[in-house]
Amino acid sequence: MADMSPTVIVVEDEQKLRRFIRLALEADGLQVFEADSVRRGLIEAGTRQPDLLVLDLGLPDGDGIDLIRDLRTWSDIPVLVLSARTEEEVKVNALNAGADDYLTKPFGAAELTARVRAHLRRRARAVGTPQAQFGFGAVKVDLGRRLVEKDGETLHLTPIEFRLLAYLISNPDCVLTHRQLLNAVWGPSHTDDSHYVRIYMGHLRRKLEANPAMPRHILTESGIGYRFVA
Amino acid sequence: MSESRPDPDQLLSRIQAEEARARRGKLRIFFGASAGVGKTYAMLGAARQQLLQGVDVLVGVVETHGRMETEVMADGLERLPLREVDYRGRVLREFDLDGALARKPALILVDELAHSNVQGSRHPKRWQDVEELLAAGIDVYTTVNVQHLETLNDVVSGITGIRVWETVPDRIFDTADEVVLVDLPPNELMQRLKEGKVYLPNQAERAIRNFFRKGNLIALRELALRRTADRVDDDMLEYRRNRLVTPVWQTRESLLACIGPGAGGERVVRSAARIAGKLEAPWHAIYVETPALQRLDDERRQHVLRNLKLAQDLGAQTATLAGRTAEQTAIDYAREHNLGTLVVGRAQGHGWRLWRRAFAARIGERAPDLNVTQVACGDERGARPRAQPSGVPRAWRDYAMAGVLCVGAALLSTFLHPLFDLANIVMVFLLAVVLAGVRYGRGPAVFASFLSVAAFDFFFVPPRLSFAVSDVQYLLTFLIMLAVGLITGQLTAGFKYQAHVATRREQRMRALYEMSRDLSGALLAEQIAEIGERFLASEFAARTALALVDENDRLLPPLPSARPVSAFDHGVARWAFDHGECAGAGTDTLPGSPVLYLPLKAPMRLRGVLAVELPDAGRLLIPEQRRLLDTFSSLLAIAIERVHYVEVARDTTVQMESERLRNSLLSAISHDIRTPLSVLVGLADSIFLSKPPPTAEQAEIAQAMRETTLRINAQVSNMLDMARLQAGRIQLKREWQPLEETVVAGIKGMEAALLGHRIDLLIPEELPLVEIDAVLMERVIGNLLENAAKYTPAGTTISIGARADGDTVEFWVADRGPGVPRGKEEAIFKKFERGARESTIAGVGLGLAICRAIVEAHGGRIHAENPPDGGARFVVRLPAGSPPHVEAETEVETETESERSPEP
Repeated sequence: MADMSPTVIVVEDEQKLRRFIRLALEADGLQVFEADSVRRGLIEAGTRQPDLLVLDLGLPDGDGIDLIRDLRTWSDIPVLVLSARTEEEVKVNALNAGADDYLTKPFGAAELTARVRAHLRRRARAVGTPQAQFGFGAVKVDLGRRLVEKDGETLHLTPIEFRLLAYLISNPDCVLTHRQLLNAVWGPSHTDDSHYVRIYMGHLRRKLEANPAMPRHILTESGIGYRFVA
Repeated sequence: MSESRPDPDQLLSRIQAEEARARRGKLRIFFGASAGVGKTYAMLGAARQQLLQGVDVLVGVVETHGRMETEVMADGLERLPLREVDYRGRVLREFDLDGALARKPALILVDELAHSNVQGSRHPKRWQDVEELLAAGIDVYTTVNVQHLETLNDVVSGITGIRVWETVPDRIFDTADEVVLVDLPPNELMQRLKEGKVYLPNQAERAIRNFFRKGNLIALRELALRRTADRVDDDMLEYRRNRLVTPVWQTRESLLACIGPGAGGERVVRSAARIAGKLEAPWHAIYVETPALQRLDDERRQHVLRNLKLAQDLGAQTATLAGRTAEQTAIDYAREHNLGTLVVGRAQGHGWRLWRRAFAARIGERAPDLNVTQVACGDERGARPRAQPSGVPRAWRDYAMAGVLCVGAALLSTFLHPLFDLANIVMVFLLAVVLAGVRYGRGPAVFASFLSVAAFDFFFVPPRLSFAVSDVQYLLTFLIMLAVGLITGQLTAGFKYQAHVATRREQRMRALYEMSRDLSGALLAEQIAEIGERFLASEFAARTALALVDENDRLLPPLPSARPVSAFDHGVARWAFDHGECAGAGTDTLPGSPVLYLPLKAPMRLRGVLAVELPDAGRLLIPEQRRLLDTFSSLLAIAIERVHYVEVARDTTVQMESERLRNSLLSAISHDIRTPLSVLVGLADSIFLSKPPPTAEQAEIAQAMRETTLRINAQVSNMLDMARLQAGRIQLKREWQPLEETVVAGIKGMEAALLGHRIDLLIPEELPLVEIDAVLMERVIGNLLENAAKYTPAGTTISIGARADGDTVEFWVADRGPGVPRGKEEAIFKKFERGARESTIAGVGLGLAICRAIVEAHGGRIHAENPPDGGARFVVRLPAGSPPHVEAETEVETETESERSPEP
């Protein structure tokens, strides 16, 4: 039974916080291993075959971003970053280095377990065959036929809007930075035109959200990027 | 094809010239052949016409000489009062330049361009006043007679026999925007003269009567007509060049005027200027100082310098060169500067030095490729100042010492005579001559030669103690002895002088080098001033003062100096600084001042003014000395600029360092406070997770703990943000984005607080992008929404709207609550200020203060108002800027896709 439960490694130097995270995740039925430094974290990640990594960015023996870069050379497990800082730049750097999501301290048990569960679900799904059809809210997307429906009616999306939506759908729950989106949809030569991303996101939101003033699926992470939630 | 295409450089220079011309005032010259042709009358007539057309005309100075018709013309025109100058007890009336500049009319009338100002005026010449008026953008009408043109001056004096000393450089005449020839046939002029209509100064009446002979008048008229025709020709040429009627002539003739020490130099300069003017060619003027010329007396030296100055005034580039022979140095200079034609004077032989060929011939022999133009100047030979013996008292001592040397040689020979042959005795005397040459120079060496021969003859040649010579062959000995003595004496004296000159030059170079080395090490302006002062004191024996400018380009008082100038005139210094030109001694501006003011031109801008007072102001006329001073002042300027930038860099580093320190301090505090808060939230949450599950009471306590902690966190965040926003410049990460996105993010962030309210989002889709820092602006929107939610009853509507309004984009958050307390619309934006005191609503009153700080950092404004239909409204106005162009997507691809999409 223990083998079946997903494994999570928590890299955090503040012992009390680490204990709380462990407690919260174990209550959710996950197996948790702790590490208090970049070095220990990498060893644990290499030996425990984890399904997810919870990582604090400020560690005593180095920068958490370096750990992400190292990890990404041999593993694609979800990485959830904990940040005590308010600077968006740090988060953007972590995300561009390969982190999937972030949580700003202080955070509660509910937020943490919700995020962790979402990413584990995504990972489990990714192992299987990619879905050609996908639905969220009142919207149905057929990636193969390039068809988008809302409330049963076909929506007209421009090619860029469609590519953007397809990319969002294939990375649910992840925070995607402006740079990542530009790179994926417009190509590497447009990485400075982040206003394009914002304009097209606005288009998508108006077309897909039930109430664009209170979006439920395409969420803005100010100063960082976007998150798509099914 | 290439024929019709203008050279881009030429086009550029033409554009630049046109720009400069547009900024400057326009100069119109009323040009006449002589006095009495009616120039002033014509000028006044033209001015009246301008006045009728509504132009602001001012009469600066007009000499009506009491003529009725002229007085009538001047009537009704505004006159500038003349300035009264006290000159040696007499009160003279002069044109008031400062008054004219202050009054700044559109057009000013300044009669008699060639007039010389009273000593003590800013400029010695009236044409310099006019230059300043033009530079200030004022149009000027003025009058000139043909004999006052610099290059025609000697021609006219040749015709009329009267020399006029007041002259105007041709360049003024040639660059005038318009020249109006006022012409009167000689007969009519004579008639007017008879009728007394021509003003003649009383003192020189006879001479002037002589001047107004018909022959003279015809010649002068022809000169004036021709000169005007030349100008018209130039205008035509320029017109054609502008219109590209014909291809531009590519080859440029260029001239080199070689000024000799004689009086003919002036003729050479004037001729070269005339030729250069005709050919529209650039020209240079040089004076070569050969070893022979280094011994010129002061008066002739001054003469040469005056000629160089004249050449400079006539538009030449001038230099004084040192070289062994004049012709080779001149040829080298010509080749170096690509000058094809040399203008030299043709002297009337060299008296006894018949074997010496003319200078022109010598140049022709050495450089067959250069053209040589000879200018006759022999007839002025009589006027050549005679060389005068100088330094007489010192010379007597030297001659006496040379004599002593000869006596010594005679004494020594007396001892040697019994032992050695007479031929050896000759050697002893020759030694004395050489020594005299080395120690006392040329004259004493010649003296020693003769004395030696005499002594040798008298004391040693038989019969002894007599000048008689028994053996005729000794005559040859005397002759050779004399020749050898003279030649060696000359040579040694010459070498000694050259060595002296070389040493001086080397010293000067070394001083310059040492100064630049010292300057490169200086870190303070005071150090620079001290170094400069030391150099000027040792090199020029000068007194100095250095005045720097502050950030606002205001000239500060001079720095303290050990050898300050006798009188630092702040006004002159200011003038030099404002105009970027030298002023004071040795210049055209206030030459009466004993001090020379040099603006310190550095690459970026003017850095100050250097005042130099030389004990001998004449040295300022020597081009080499001026160039040394100029080099020196630019070195100084560069050093000052460097020091300035060192200071700027240091300030910036300090500022960056403190900024960095503050930021790291704030993030350390932020980290240290938030970590325990995170732990607290975590611990509170852990209670829910503990087994067995907490009782209802425990759970409530845990929940309260959690909420309180989050509230502390929010307040700490607010305070840290306020600290960051207040601690100086906020670093905005501005990006162009739709405002709607930020607003929506703000709503999302306040979702929990807004649960009981209805949100109305009224942002038009076509609202232009705004350049904002999304994180901070979301903060503003979040705070405004939070306030709205906090101060209004649940169930009411909060609306958010936006609109573009010219160069601003405006958005507002409006609620249906009680509104902002009357009279506190402004106060609520202050820190720790709250709408209602002692209220039960949580918060410390930082939210709106943060909003204001953020909006103002964006260059925007935020204010609160109570609209007539109730509630409160917070309005944020942001500058619209110029949003980037967004390319619309082409939909072609979609068409093909939608065609394809129905297929399974």
